[in-house]
Amino acid sequence: MSTQPLQFVPGSEFKRRAAEVVANPFLRKSFRGAMDFLMAKRAAQFPDPELLERQRTLAEHIRRYSLSRLPQLLEQLEANLVKNGVKVHWAETPDEANAIILGICREHGAELMVKGKSMVSEEVELNHAMEQNGIEALESDMGEYIVQLAGEKPSHIIMPAIHKTKQQIAKLFEEKVPGVSYTEDVDALIQVGRDVLRKKFMDADIGLSGVNFAVAETGTLCLVENEGNGRMCTTVPDVHIAITGIEKVVEKLEHVVPLYGLLTRSATGQAITTYFNVITGPRRNGEKDGPKEMHLVLVDNGRTQAFADEQLRQTLQCIRCGACMNHCPVYTRIGGHAYGTTYPGPIGEIISPHMMGLAATHVLPGASTLCGACGEVCPVKIPIPDLLIRLREEATHDAKPGHAPLVGQGAGKSTFASLAYKGFAFLYSRPALYRTFAWAATRFRFLTPSNQAGWTVTRTPLKPAAKSLRELLAERRK
Amino acid sequence: MERDYSKMQRPNDVYFFATCLVDLFCPEAGMDAIQLLEREGIRVHFPENQTCCGQPAYTSGYADEARAVAKVQLDLFPNDWPVVVPSGSCAGMMRHHYPTLFAGDAALQAKAEALSARVFELTEFLVKVLKVNWKGSGKPAKLTLHTSCSARREMGTHLHARELLGQLAGVEVLQQSHESECCGFGGTFAVRQPAISAAMAGDKADALKETGAEKFVSADGGCLMNIDGTLEKRRDSFRGQHLASFLWQQTQGEKR
Amino acid sequence: MSARDKILGKLRAAQARPLPNPDDAVVAHYASLPRTAQDQLAQEFAEKITAWHAEVHTVPRGQWVDKLKDIVAEKGIRTLLYPPAKAHGKALEASGVAGLKPYDRPIDEWKQELFEGVDAAITGTRGAIAETGTLIVWPDADEPRLMSLVPPIHIALVDADTIVPTLYDAITAQGWSQGLPTNALLITGPSKTADIQQTLAYGAHGPKELIVLLLTGEASQ
Repeated sequence: MSTQPLQFVPGSEFKRRAAEVVANPFLRKSFRGAMDFLMAKRAAQFPDPELLERQRTLAEHIRRYSLSRLPQLLEQLEANLVKNGVKVHWAETPDEANAIILGICREHGAELMVKGKSMVSEEVELNHAMEQNGIEALESDMGEYIVQLAGEKPSHIIMPAIHKTKQQIAKLFEEKVPGVSYTEDVDALIQVGRDVLRKKFMDADIGLSGVNFAVAETGTLCLVENEGNGRMCTTVPDVHIAITGIEKVVEKLEHVVPLYGLLTRSATGQAITTYFNVITGPRRNGEKDGPKEMHLVLVDNGRTQAFADEQLRQTLQCIRCGACMNHCPVYTRIGGHAYGTTYPGPIGEIISPHMMGLAATHVLPGASTLCGACGEVCPVKIPIPDLLIRLREEATHDAKPGHAPLVGQGAGKSTFASLAYKGFAFLYSRPALYRTFAWAATRFRFLTPSNQAGWTVTRTPLKPAAKSLRELLAERRK
Repeated sequence: MERDYSKMQRPNDVYFFATCLVDLFCPEAGMDAIQLLEREGIRVHFPENQTCCGQPAYTSGYADEARAVAKVQLDLFPNDWPVVVPSGSCAGMMRHHYPTLFAGDAALQAKAEALSARVFELTEFLVKVLKVNWKGSGKPAKLTLHTSCSARREMGTHLHARELLGQLAGVEVLQQSHESECCGFGGTFAVRQPAISAAMAGDKADALKETGAEKFVSADGGCLMNIDGTLEKRRDSFRGQHLASFLWQQTQGEKR
Repeated sequence: MSARDKILGKLRAAQARPLPNPDDAVVAHYASLPRTAQDQLAQEFAEKITAWHAEVHTVPRGQWVDKLKDIVAEKGIRTLLYPPAKAHGKALEASGVAGLKPYDRPIDEWKQELFEGVDAAITGTRGAIAETGTLIVWPDADEPRLMSLVPPIHIALVDADTIVPTLYDAITAQGWSQGLPTNALLITGPSKTADIQQTLAYGAHGPKELIVLLLTGEASQ
């Protein structure tokens, strides 16, 4: 596989890219269909709204509790993993994470890494780092494999190839996989992926995976999947490297159960996945398979910044189900690529600023109507709209006294917006002035501009009424 | 958020907070809302100093500016009367976000909380507090209902509106696809992200029109302006009407 | 300062307020849910896992080997991987099922053969979960992890008496936290994917078929 340009696009490109997708009726229809499908499947899993509310409350409780003890739980996790024979590494930055993984690969003279689905590996752009150092890093989740083969990035955290049709995939396989002829039969296409990847699982030196839940008390990593590629990656190669964000830890196995139940139902509308892979160490003496060596890389990449603030900390409650994007009317219109971040949609809008800084991402918290659909479906009750508003404030203002600035604090400042809101505050906090303004606006309504920036591209201009309500009321009193 | 209505008394007086959009852009809807309340025997007080709830600044991240505007509104309602708002998202702002907005100042926060407890969206007030029971006397009508998404999620206004429309003889409410989906207004979003907003507004207009209804009604001024503006630009004759105006029009035969 | 110390230092500096432990809430939540009666568990399990595309055969405990012979013949299984040190492995050896292949040496010595020359594998289970139709698979030195993953057909023995209502019951009643294997597994149906246009396809990377022999009746051995 060729080295791909895997660098992120800056947030400033967002508007242009969004407009491009919006203008493509084919993509629009395909995203709408996919999101409708996922929303209906989720809804079918939660017929009882009261029970759902109880489940969400419990899941929120567990996540908030886990975060409240995060440093202790991480130390406990590390101690127990070490006891179980797992080597634990810590990385503050993507570069550090990649260097650690590259070091392990070099130690084993590795040439081929097979990868189970890991959004954190996308976040640190691991594939890019591996390929730059001559190591083939091959995605094995079917969707990720397709996306990688096409030289693209995932457009959804759960369904990476959701932007592609079977016709496109058929053509892609025909072009890129030797000996494969064009077929639109999905079973046959999956069989192609299976055949290619089975050989790779056999040959790989390193298996890389993400982690859905890390259990501190037992030193256990839990992985959730349907395909079995995750199990292949964590079992067949001699070395298994797991990579995860520091927020994924919970105290006990009992705490995982409610989270897992909500994760799969919220994500794909499944009561459970095919596999729940509970790993507590590498191959023990006498065992006949499993990796001989196991590593966990704990990645910060901006999470400690979110953690430092009580409100922003709620971002880290996320269990990566993707329900917020499935239900987001903006994501439904533009898909995942327009965001230019690893995590698209509402969760991406609130987490990317910590990972990439506000300079690159200050547009994203604004890419929402605050309709609240994301917060409503979030299984761990992250108040996403509130966090969006908070980040809009951080993006356009200096840090408040006594608060450490976020990376890129104030990068979205605009003199025009700042003046506009100052003007708004000046006018609307002076009732007498406002009344004069209202009187003038209605009297001189014929002067209303017909070009009102973004509003009038697809709408007729806003025009005040001939008389304001207060005038009508005054007339009535006479 | 569920509110306990069981202990609420039917008041003699209410304050009417028209919102800046209704005051300037659809005053007749405000007038109709006031008349609906008055017909129920309520004295409606219109504080002259009202301006705007401050939402545009608040949702854009300009909390100081929002506070400056909101602070003025806190002083408008000295008596312990309900505050009725003919717009879901503005009612939501006052009810749910004022207490957080003033979190830094104990005195103002207490005031905001006291106000928050007596802010009602118009349809909510009619259904839950006044418990109106209308029959409807207007022309038969086929319509569809769009509710502002923040209002529906913060206050369940879609249920109240449906209940009111359900009382009216000859009024058939048709169901559009993706009913709960946002129309793309989002305050300043419509101007900051015009392409996405236009796509959403266009889809919403299509969904409403495809029901075969003769018009749509909504209790939120922002959504109405967004969808109507889109339809008008398309030179489509399908239009929306403020729910208060429709209710007033269909209940002319009602007695107190 | 190491990355570890820096990360932990930043987390500690945030001085997160301690929050109440959720243990009681978890217990109360699961206690509040309706529970399947003991005598309904096997039926619920069978229905649920069938809905997940598994094939279920309910057989009296003493007769599973006969059923297995039928399955081997019907599916045309030429090589059946089995765990020789397990009781069910010994029973198989005694039965004379054709094509038996013991998993008796480390994978490193026969990886390619496992991937390319084995049609099916048979494993035991530690139990099963009725609510979701899920197998609890507990690999160990005698019954390694890959048996339930690599061969295209996975045949699993489930003793009806070991079925519990929920995952929560399994974890608590079986005391998982007190002694986890290197790789415990929950398996609910054959491997699948819906990554191409949300169309469900089976046999993505793991088994294409999951066959459950559900053992019921009085113990005969």
